[in-house]
Amino acid sequence: MHETIGTKVFRVAVITFLTVFTMVPVYVMITSSLKPLRDVQGPFTWWPSEITLAPFVDMWTTVPLASYFLNSVIVASAATILSLIIGVFASYAMSRYKFFGRSIFSTTILSTQMFPGVLFLLPLFLIFVNINGATGIQLVGTMGGLIITYLTFSLPFSIWMLAGYFDGIPHELDEAAKVDGCGPVGALVRVVLPAARPGLIAVAIFSFMTSWGEVLFASVMTTEANRTLAVGLQLYSTQSNVYWNQVMAASLVVSIPIVVAFLLLQRNFVAGLTAGGVK
Amino acid sequence: MSVTTVEPPAQKPTVRPQRKNCRPKPSGWWMPYALIAPAVLFVLAIQILPMVIGIFMSFIKLTKAFIANWGSAPAAGVANYSVSLDFNSAVGKSLLASFFVTCGFTVLVVGLSWILGMAAAVVLQRQFRGRGFIRTLFLIPYALPMYAGIIAWKFMFQKDTGAINHFLFDNLGLGGEKPFWLIGDSSFAAMVVVALWRTWPFAFLMLMAGLQSIPSEVYEASAVDGAKPWRQWRSITLPMLKPVNVVLILVMFLWTFNDFNTPFVLFGNSQPPGGDLIAFHIYNASFLTWNFGLGSAMSVLLLLFLLLVTGIYLIVTNWRSRRA
Repeated sequence: MHETIGTKVFRVAVITFLTVFTMVPVYVMITSSLKPLRDVQGPFTWWPSEITLAPFVDMWTTVPLASYFLNSVIVASAATILSLIIGVFASYAMSRYKFFGRSIFSTTILSTQMFPGVLFLLPLFLIFVNINGATGIQLVGTMGGLIITYLTFSLPFSIWMLAGYFDGIPHELDEAAKVDGCGPVGALVRVVLPAARPGLIAVAIFSFMTSWGEVLFASVMTTEANRTLAVGLQLYSTQSNVYWNQVMAASLVVSIPIVVAFLLLQRNFVAGLTAGGVK
Repeated sequence: MSVTTVEPPAQKPTVRPQRKNCRPKPSGWWMPYALIAPAVLFVLAIQILPMVIGIFMSFIKLTKAFIANWGSAPAAGVANYSVSLDFNSAVGKSLLASFFVTCGFTVLVVGLSWILGMAAAVVLQRQFRGRGFIRTLFLIPYALPMYAGIIAWKFMFQKDTGAINHFLFDNLGLGGEKPFWLIGDSSFAAMVVVALWRTWPFAFLMLMAGLQSIPSEVYEASAVDGAKPWRQWRSITLPMLKPVNVVLILVMFLWTFNDFNTPFVLFGNSQPPGGDLIAFHIYNASFLTWNFGLGSAMSVLLLLFLLLVTGIYLIVTNWRSRRA
């Protein structure tokens, strides 16, 4: 089948427009991170007057970026691992068992997507403060509070996507494992999980991205002790002198690991979405 | 669980036969409950319970004076709601304005995201050199941490040092005064562009995944029958993507309507009326004035609105698919 002139023009036009739209901010981020301070304080230029790596050095001292980075890594990793474990169990139950309350459970989980964050932000904050008063467990200003909050944010999507993925894995596999003497959990861990690896990777990336990028709860529940990148990065611009070159350098550094991971594993992500959507 | 063989039957003659008649529950009936228990626990503790408390808070006068000991705040009845919905008062008027801004924002962002995502997915449906590379490029805004992308746009929208004004006025040679993009009415346009940039790759991702499930034979057969690309899109692609579209549009609607990050990172403490999205508005109403009862009432109203729209949407889409 040959492509007509019309469709070819349409294709080139769409790709050109979207590439420019998508890449201009990325281009600005990269070139500005290589500019000396005077370049970003004067009128904008598309190219640095001189290329310097100084912003990548200075950004660590303007704000304590390294400690924010570490906090973000700890919070996002812990939330991802926990969300994955909890999500695997719940979605396995959804996929393999018919039980009373199954549809209520799935509806409730999905409907949490509808809740405005501001509605439960303050009550959650107050609950954390009260738990601290009653038991001495500190949840505000520590990683723990953020971790358990974030894991519930990615949980609904994880369960939805994993249940779709598990549905695509033949039940005979579990049965065979049970015949060989595995319990339900054994069958899940030894047989189903290895077969669902692409789905697990997709869900892990999604959870990590959710926690890594969350702003609202981070801005209320963090203090200097546990500040994450989502809040820390904005501190550059609240200073009277905005170091845009350093902001861009820092944005680039905090983005690269996650962007690379996502782009390398995007096929898993698409496969996971398709599996969930077929259901 | 065959206990009967162990104990001699003579010891408990009255109980045993009855239990035998009972159908024993299949072994491990509790298994699914044990599996979902952690998820239920966390969702209850972190989302459901705080939301119930939030609804309760909307009925009390929870102001600065009672924040430390919020149990003792006096009941407000529906006062918080009547203040929010009194569109002649300053509070109600600004909430209504924010609601309309959010509606316009949502329609534009969801609509345009869908159009761009669909165009990209259709254009990349056919195999050609560099397709994988372009697809990867298009997904970058989605993969970037949300605040990093928005901060880059914030820099670009600066009046004197930003790329947008430089492009419009210095490169294209537009006359007149360079506008402020992050203050005043232009902030709405700036916010739509940023949210669109961030949202359309998600539509692209979902639609691309959906297109993969359409067999290419359908297109080939229709081409033999003389269908042009536009006709193919309308008669094959669109109907076959319906299940994906129903979910995609609902999810994008909920995310966009609840969007807090875009205005928060873009505008910070200044709240231009054009960029006053409802989540941002409620956050400011709660935390700047420390009137959490009022903020909760507004949040509940927002939730009710979202429930209503989602309910109608699901009924309409179900009804149409049943009729088809």
